[in-house]
Amino acid sequence: MSSALLIDIGSTYTKVACFDLERAELLARSQACTTVREDVNLGLQQALENIPGWQQADYRLACSSAAGGLKIAAIGLVPGLTAEAARRAALGAGSRVVKTCSYELTEADIAELEDLAADIILLAGGTDGGNQEIILHNARLLADSKIEDPILVAGNRSAADRVAELLDKGKKEFYLTENVMPELEKLNIEPARERIREIFLERIVKARGLDRVTELIDEVVMPTPAAVLRAAEILARGTSEKEGWGELMVVDIGGATTDVHSAAAGTPTRSGVSQRGLEEPFLKRTVEGDLGIRYCASDLFQAVKPNRWQQLYQSFYEKDLELQQLEDYVNKICQQTEYLPVSQEETELENMLGREAVRLATSRHAGSLRTIYTPRGASFIQEGKDLTGIKKVIGTGGIVVHNKNPELVLAGVLQENQLEEEKLTPLAPDFYLDDDYLLAAAGLLAEVEADAALRILQKYLKEIDQGEKN
Amino acid sequence: MSQNSVPTVVLGVIGADVHAIGNQILEHALEEAGIEPVNIGVMSSQQEFVEAAVETGADAIWVSSLYGHGEMDCRGLRDKCVEAGISDILLYVGGNLVIGKCSWEGVKELFLNMGYDRAYPPGTRPQDAIDDLRQDLVEQRESKDVVCSLD
Repeated sequence: MSSALLIDIGSTYTKVACFDLERAELLARSQACTTVREDVNLGLQQALENIPGWQQADYRLACSSAAGGLKIAAIGLVPGLTAEAARRAALGAGSRVVKTCSYELTEADIAELEDLAADIILLAGGTDGGNQEIILHNARLLADSKIEDPILVAGNRSAADRVAELLDKGKKEFYLTENVMPELEKLNIEPARERIREIFLERIVKARGLDRVTELIDEVVMPTPAAVLRAAEILARGTSEKEGWGELMVVDIGGATTDVHSAAAGTPTRSGVSQRGLEEPFLKRTVEGDLGIRYCASDLFQAVKPNRWQQLYQSFYEKDLELQQLEDYVNKICQQTEYLPVSQEETELENMLGREAVRLATSRHAGSLRTIYTPRGASFIQEGKDLTGIKKVIGTGGIVVHNKNPELVLAGVLQENQLEEEKLTPLAPDFYLDDDYLLAAAGLLAEVEADAALRILQKYLKEIDQGEKN
Repeated sequence: MSQNSVPTVVLGVIGADVHAIGNQILEHALEEAGIEPVNIGVMSSQQEFVEAAVETGADAIWVSSLYGHGEMDCRGLRDKCVEAGISDILLYVGGNLVIGKCSWEGVKELFLNMGYDRAYPPGTRPQDAIDDLRQDLVEQRESKDVVCSLD
């Protein structure tokens, strides 16, 4: 029997799952508190105690988002072009984007970057052969700063040598890779993503003390969000042996953020639509830092209009909502982030928060359609991804996993539930639940045994009954 | 502006205009002439022209307008360029710029007053504009050299 031990060292818990690869069977799972501050192995050891025979596993791999995850500051030129391309590369690599800068950096930006202590600074700007002035200015400022973070240069190729020279003079640790936007609106984030992952493995894993896991297991191979994105990819595309599910989305509603992943081309589904703006990656990840249902629940509460909360409550439960009641609850969970709903009312309030977090996060992730009236009649412009045709949406995170009606929350993705018209979110997808938290594990496994990873995902993700879905 | 020797031109059709063919011909003509075209296509906004020029370090923006709303669509582009830090970029405009009975001289003056360096009537050969571009770029370089030597 060949088996794999897959570990997710999260900020709170270290989760371990053990699979039989031939039968695509979950043999055991366990978790313990993450102990990255003292010694990551303490928590890992404790979690492993409940996994019989873990020492015999053929693969023993881990991903991690512990100690703040991977933090990246993205720098570009125009906000909607190279700055956005740099952001997408960073998000796609599984990082948290702690700051995005455009145009010339200012002294204030540099001061903020010095304080932020990001893990990597991603420096882009200019198409190949395009603007050099700004990236050179920015490199000069970075070189003169007190910043010690590694700098990954992914901007105008023609300026790369001089950027390197400047950073070298400033004694900065830096790496060069391909431009994230070599031609106007052409996205090229793979090389930067790969390089970020290498820097994560070579430098950050060690700096966090995560490399000590090699005393027990093989190694940490990627940040957790990158593993989830990899799982979405393999599940959508399939392998040479086994067909995938086709285009899909993964929505992860957490305490601090709501993450949306789409594995989809997102090209127009209607005829006569022209696509605008920066090219969209097939694998896209967005992270909404203001849409969590614990740490930033008050931001979420503020982001939605009071009468919208009331309407929603009425439509869910056919009774009136006292807004004060919701506000009090939001304040409570913001402060006691470990709090779980006890009463029926609290569960109802949680569902509403989850629903709106999902709605807003997917509306920001998906593209939109604009109608332009021309002398020749109406014409349509699509910006971002068209996800209306998505057939499968996978939900994860406590709010949907521990919920009798996860479909109430996940229905936030549906186009009919969006407030703005022409938001290109899914029309009528099937909903699935990752209630064993296997996405990250499967993404890790996909690195070594892609077929087994796919079989496990298709077996363990559970379809949610949506009742009278039309 | 681009520091390499090959000039770069951002071109596209402005406003709600969907006439694609002439713009494609211009792109080919530029390519043939050894000029780097950055074609942003039809139905482009002023913002898109400016952003494309900033990011690619273009030497010139060539705006086409063929559906008669040129005056409305083209006004303010120079100001946006100034705002975006590319004030000395060359702006050319061409096509069926206005509808109605107007003398070409009047139309040309209108667009030059709006901050365009050159305006072209329907029927202009691409080569004419390319020749003008080369000449304008040489003049621009010379005037910059003069400024530098005065410093």
